[in-house]
Amino acid sequence: MIVIGERINGMFKAVNQAIQDKDKAAIQDLAKRQIDEGADMLDINVGTAAADPVGAMKWLVETVREVTDVPLSIDNPNLPTMKAGLEACTGRKMINSTIGSEEALNTFFPLAKEHNAMVVCLCIDDKGVPVDVDGRVEIAMRVLAKAMEYEIPMDDIYIDPIVLPVKADQTGPGKVLESIRQFGMLSDPKPHIVIGLSNLSQGAVDRKLINRTFLTMAIAQGLDAAILDPLDTELMDAMITAEMLMNRTIYSDSFLKAYRQR
Amino acid sequence: MAIEEPLEKWSTAVATVRVGATAADGGTRGREIVLGGEMTLPFLHFEGATPNKPVVAMEVLDIAPQDWPDVLMKPFADVVDDPAAWAAKCVNDYGAEMICLKLEGTHPDSGDKGPDDAAKVVKAVLEAVDVPLIIWGCDVDEKDNQVLPACSQAAAGERCLLGTAKEDNYRTLVASCMADGHNLIAESPLDINIAKQVNILVSEAGLPLDRVVMYPTTGGLGYGIEYAYSIQERGRLAALTGDKMMSPPVVCQIGQEAWRAKEAKASDEEAPQWGAAEKRGPMWEAMTAIMLLQAGADILIMRHPNAVALVKKAIDELMRS
Repeated sequence: MIVIGERINGMFKAVNQAIQDKDKAAIQDLAKRQIDEGADMLDINVGTAAADPVGAMKWLVETVREVTDVPLSIDNPNLPTMKAGLEACTGRKMINSTIGSEEALNTFFPLAKEHNAMVVCLCIDDKGVPVDVDGRVEIAMRVLAKAMEYEIPMDDIYIDPIVLPVKADQTGPGKVLESIRQFGMLSDPKPHIVIGLSNLSQGAVDRKLINRTFLTMAIAQGLDAAILDPLDTELMDAMITAEMLMNRTIYSDSFLKAYRQR
Repeated sequence: MAIEEPLEKWSTAVATVRVGATAADGGTRGREIVLGGEMTLPFLHFEGATPNKPVVAMEVLDIAPQDWPDVLMKPFADVVDDPAAWAAKCVNDYGAEMICLKLEGTHPDSGDKGPDDAAKVVKAVLEAVDVPLIIWGCDVDEKDNQVLPACSQAAAGERCLLGTAKEDNYRTLVASCMADGHNLIAESPLDINIAKQVNILVSEAGLPLDRVVMYPTTGGLGYGIEYAYSIQERGRLAALTGDKMMSPPVVCQIGQEAWRAKEAKASDEEAPQWGAAEKRGPMWEAMTAIMLLQAGADILIMRHPNAVALVKKAIDELMRS
């Protein structure tokens, strides 16, 4: 699994405060802790509260880069902020995200090429999030065709089926699972498949239980990346165990520990 | 529209282990051998680098072999009672790149020699040849725990490969390796889960994985080689896809396993229909070696000079990109 740590997000009060106070130590500590707990990449999201999102993104990226060279996922819907993040980010980076419409792909794929960046492609088009599995798969197919056109390596494409809160639509999680299964058959080599996990349990109780149960189900369908909270130990344990049960990692009596010693 | 070449992309490489200390590193070996470092499956040069070629170690025992057939005894008839001379012959006449000294004479049932005797043999072999040395115990844990620390001390600073450590017997050997600057062979009984567990245990005990070589147990041609092959291959795939705990290079006991097969050791009188033993046995050993090379073996421990010659030639050809 490719774990993208979600904690550096301006939607969290502490992070928002750190952005306002230019508190580097707080952000860097969050970066290091997530990596220690198994994050392979870090998501960088300024949130909605920042008065100057472009400046905030630049500062966050530079601050995190001072302590780690893991790939950073520049998470913002607006192009100027995205560009600022990509430009500030040395080393590997990820565009998080583009929707799957023709126009968006024609904007973001050239940007990905320019920055040698990975791209999260959401299964959303001009009409919004498809209500069914077929709609998601259709968008994913268009995304992959477009990626080939722009000569973006398949290894840099992350298809996101869009996880919506289960409390809002209980048929959603099942559709996401089936979409993940079908994405795996679209190309060889397969694209990466990623979800933003925490959205699933928005507004619900027992959020952590819901998140980790769904994560293991999604791994069984072929999910290989997720934006999640690596500081949630039970979630990480469930993820490691699911990967082992799917024979993606080799069992040993110390399998939990072994994963963390990578 | 460009078509992507269907090449596998591997995220990690096999660990690199350095064996044999030269004068520059405080030892007396003529040269150092670097093991591992592969960035692809064996010999797929179009996909990734294989920076270090697999090496052939020849087996030398500390006592005259009890159960070797005539074909195997013949090349060593003049040296079987003298491990130092035997080792020298393997290196000088037969091109052995390493020597694997097996301390069979320390086995309680085969002479039960003590730690001092074993250490003397180690010293004599180190003086007789300047290739890196593998020191292999008698596989009786209690005895190995007495004998191998003495041998380790006798060879201190030579950066040997010492073995074997097992899931329930590794602490003494890890301590010796760390104290005397050697590398460790981590053994598992044809079981990939235990192979990984032993590596975790020895690395937790303080030995870094770039000082470990895995011995996943070898099956000879016709006697379980498919099983050994698939375990080695699975381990190698894990090493190449980010499983650090499966990253050490692999050693195989080719000679020992191949010459257990009746097809290898049966004499001309016993099996005239199988062709001349003189050819048949070495061929059986060479085939076992070449198959396991394809599963990712980094050290092949072998016996018959003709098999060694064949396998070294095959390695040279396979290494040509």
